[in-house]
Amino acid sequence: MQILQEISEVLQSGNGEKVAALTKQAIEKEILPKDVLDKGLIAGMNIVGEKYRSHDLFLPEVLLAAKAMYAGMDILKPLFLKDGIPTLGRVVMGTVQGDIHDIGKNLVSIMLRGAGFDVIDLGKDVSPKKFVETARKEKARVIGMSALLTTTMVVMKRVIDLLRKEGLQGKIKTIIGGAPVSAEFAEQIGADAYGYDSMNSVDCIKRLMEKE
Amino acid sequence: MEHLIRRLGAGEVLVADGAIGTMLMERGLQLGQPPESFNLTRGDVLQEIAREYLDAGADIIQTNTFGASGLKLASYSLQKRVGEINRNAVLAVRKAVGDRAYVSGSCGPTGRFLKPYGEVEPEEMSESFRRQMSALVEAGVDIICVETMTDLHEATSAVKAAKAVAPSVPVMATMTFDETPKGFFTVMGVTVEQAAKGLQAAGADIVGSNCGNGIEKMISIAQAFKRCTKLPIIIQANAGIPELKGDEVIYPETPEFMAEKVGQLISLGVLIIGGCCGTTPAHIRAFRRTVDSCKRGAS
Repeated sequence: MQILQEISEVLQSGNGEKVAALTKQAIEKEILPKDVLDKGLIAGMNIVGEKYRSHDLFLPEVLLAAKAMYAGMDILKPLFLKDGIPTLGRVVMGTVQGDIHDIGKNLVSIMLRGAGFDVIDLGKDVSPKKFVETARKEKARVIGMSALLTTTMVVMKRVIDLLRKEGLQGKIKTIIGGAPVSAEFAEQIGADAYGYDSMNSVDCIKRLMEKE
Repeated sequence: MEHLIRRLGAGEVLVADGAIGTMLMERGLQLGQPPESFNLTRGDVLQEIAREYLDAGADIIQTNTFGASGLKLASYSLQKRVGEINRNAVLAVRKAVGDRAYVSGSCGPTGRFLKPYGEVEPEEMSESFRRQMSALVEAGVDIICVETMTDLHEATSAVKAAKAVAPSVPVMATMTFDETPKGFFTVMGVTVEQAAKGLQAAGADIVGSNCGNGIEKMISIAQAFKRCTKLPIIIQANAGIPELKGDEVIYPETPEFMAEKVGQLISLGVLIIGGCCGTTPAHIRAFRRTVDSCKRGAS
């Protein structure tokens, strides 16, 4: 449908007002909200993600596109009131305790939402207890942890140790990312996955959910 | 002390210092505590670190003010103490080095994004940088160093703030690049050429790169800078990309390894060479030896 293609395009250019207006129009034309979401907003965000991955777009454009996506989501949300917006699953995200660097984590949250996941973003300086308790209470299937500092990356291990202690390891999967961490580090501390960038993290989380 | 810009103009190569954060942690900085909090309570530690780098042979010693802009300090509710945090840091380094080295006022990113992609008004960001720069300059820095920037708008905001506060204080400005199959870009999409030109247009006297890369990639970045600017170039590499050894995180590039590559930076015409994350006084001492032996070779 022409209008869904248009929504995707104006989303890619970061025009939130236009996305909101077109989303309203689409609903007025009685296009299913699920289609507006999947074929308009998520489709647009997927292209943004791909272009970010290929270094044709950078962080500013992604942030603008994300704002535009949220403008559209705000219009769709009430229409999904009964069952909530359909999602691929729930992920708890946060920058680990002692670390206040959240740009990378925010980017992964954006890409996850853009791909259709339900994200609970706990922000920065998040304690192991908070990660684990929130994931359990909110029935999240994955915990995503970020760190920028070499001094805080070791906190990731404490989150995984706590999951193990509570008998949740394997039930709640873990993925780590951030400048100082690596696939080897993920393996050493027992994380289920390592996302080397935001798009790769989304792919990894999709795989983690499929494995269940 | 002779003016920095004149020395660089005469082709002299200067050595800057290495990492501060790791040194602070060895001296009691706790996980999650802002490094700048030491400026309020532990001037003795700041002096000790400055002396170590001075003894290692650094010509330029940075202040512990990387995160001391109002916007950044607000993450720790310390935004009301911008003045004393910056002032104390400068005074501590000055006390340790006197006029045996240049005191360079470090200024890193605010950690916030500008509108429209972020939430901060450009004027709020400039004001935040102006307050930090005023405090640094009033306390007597010889140089301002705007560093680890990834957004050119933010970087130029800081450079312009420094120049507005003190037109005669030299400003060094460095950005952090990642290698991609399409060349070097900051995470905000800034190329080396855009950085060199934009920083120069904003008033920077010295441009270059710090952080994010070990010394080998920094050589490629220095080459790129050389192609697009006539300004003096500064390079401050990390000691590689951190690795985990047991429970400890280590930076793999040794002083000897990095010092050998410093020779290549000098051949390229880089005029200020220092270290970033993971570098220690031992690295700076090794850099000093390379710089001195190149000097002897040339004369």
